[in-house]
Amino acid sequence: MTRITMTVDGVRYDDDVEPRTLLVQHLRDRLGKVGTVVGCDTSNCGACTVLLSGKSVKSCSVLAVQADGADVTTIEGLAGTDGELHPVQAAFHESHGLQCGFCTPGMIMSAVDLLTENADPSDAEIREGLEGNLCRCTGYQNIVKAVRSAAESMRASVPSTPESAATTEGVTT
Amino acid sequence: MIPAAFDYTRAATVEDAVTALAGAGDDGKALAGGQSLLPMLRLRLAAPAMLVDLGGLTELRGVRDDGDALVIGAMTTHDDVMRHPLVHEHAPLIAQAAETVGDRQIRHLGTFGGSLAHADPAGDLPGVALAMDAVMSVAGPGGMREVPASEFFVDYFTTALGPGDVLVSVRVPKLTGWTTHYEKFHQLAQSWSVVGVAAAVRRSNGSIAEARVALTNMGVTPVRARGVEEALRGAPATADAVAAAAGRALEGASPLTDGTASAEYRTQLAPVLTRRAVMAAGGL
Repeated sequence: MTRITMTVDGVRYDDDVEPRTLLVQHLRDRLGKVGTVVGCDTSNCGACTVLLSGKSVKSCSVLAVQADGADVTTIEGLAGTDGELHPVQAAFHESHGLQCGFCTPGMIMSAVDLLTENADPSDAEIREGLEGNLCRCTGYQNIVKAVRSAAESMRASVPSTPESAATTEGVTT
Repeated sequence: MIPAAFDYTRAATVEDAVTALAGAGDDGKALAGGQSLLPMLRLRLAAPAMLVDLGGLTELRGVRDDGDALVIGAMTTHDDVMRHPLVHEHAPLIAQAAETVGDRQIRHLGTFGGSLAHADPAGDLPGVALAMDAVMSVAGPGGMREVPASEFFVDYFTTALGPGDVLVSVRVPKLTGWTTHYEKFHQLAQSWSVVGVAAAVRRSNGSIAEARVALTNMGVTPVRARGVEEALRGAPATADAVAAAAGRALEGASPLTDGTASAEYRTQLAPVLTRRAVMAAGGL
């Protein structure tokens, strides 16, 4: 057994784990974070995607011991404490970015990661950014639409920085 | 699918890792990002008795300028490699190839050194390292040693790394005055190369002064296409000359048949991709 400490969705957990325990097993079976699902079990589908220290990873392909000391965000940690959905969750709901819904937790976590890096992705960049996530219902059209819509609402809610305001002014004048 | 049980230790220093791996002998395995190893453990294609985690060795992460070369830490993730300004400036071929590895999630954890040490014939970075004449710095029970890429990849999933060896960093000579391209053919849903071609070209007065070409997945190890390089040396920088040279892409190659493609298919593909790679590298 190896002692690990992990902050998951804002809560700190100390646990003894067998080294071979996968992060996704630890999240689901030990911590009860069953919002993160196991899809393909072969690191192809991305349904198990979580953020590890702010970056998207496939939790079926990470050992829990590798996440020792890290900050993990799962789909269950996105909504506000008042239950208000994260803009990406809200957009998937509004745009119906799902069919059966099994890939949705991973799709949303990957989209959150993508939008952190690129606040205004093109459709091609969205598709490329989600290449590690498979929807076997092939519901990609509405998934892309949802991510585009989430990007718009997230940009609208972020006040422009002095630098970006200056750039905008420079372009328009 | 859960890995077979193993003992686990997190190395605090490179020396720690060497000692632990040497102690475990053939039953030991180094864990870098785990993006190739974890799927293999889970499928029980590998079942090491001891896993030595290199994840805490921050000194193995990062890229530095070392005069006429870049030194890329073995634990630098693909994501960090493909975004690093020094890599873009001095080794854009590596940035371009790293961007095609796996997917976003895999590139966040998978490492440059891990890909080289794994030596998957379908992996992109071994061929790129070979084309760049990269040199591996290896820490082992006998101390540090340097292994050129041409001697590092020895067989199917097999490198010159022995029990107790840890790939520490990779020295990549800067190709000043060269232009490069990585041409990759893969199935849309899988990022492993069916065949890939790494090309670097130095042009001079309308001709090709020098070229370097290495092939991915055209044998059990990456293959340096010496015949193509020879044909391009001093050749006019024209489509016809490049096409003729690319016809020699199969010299030294011995492609395998696997679940993705037959050897015959790869034999057809390699000269075509070589032509495209050299054309793109040479700006033709």
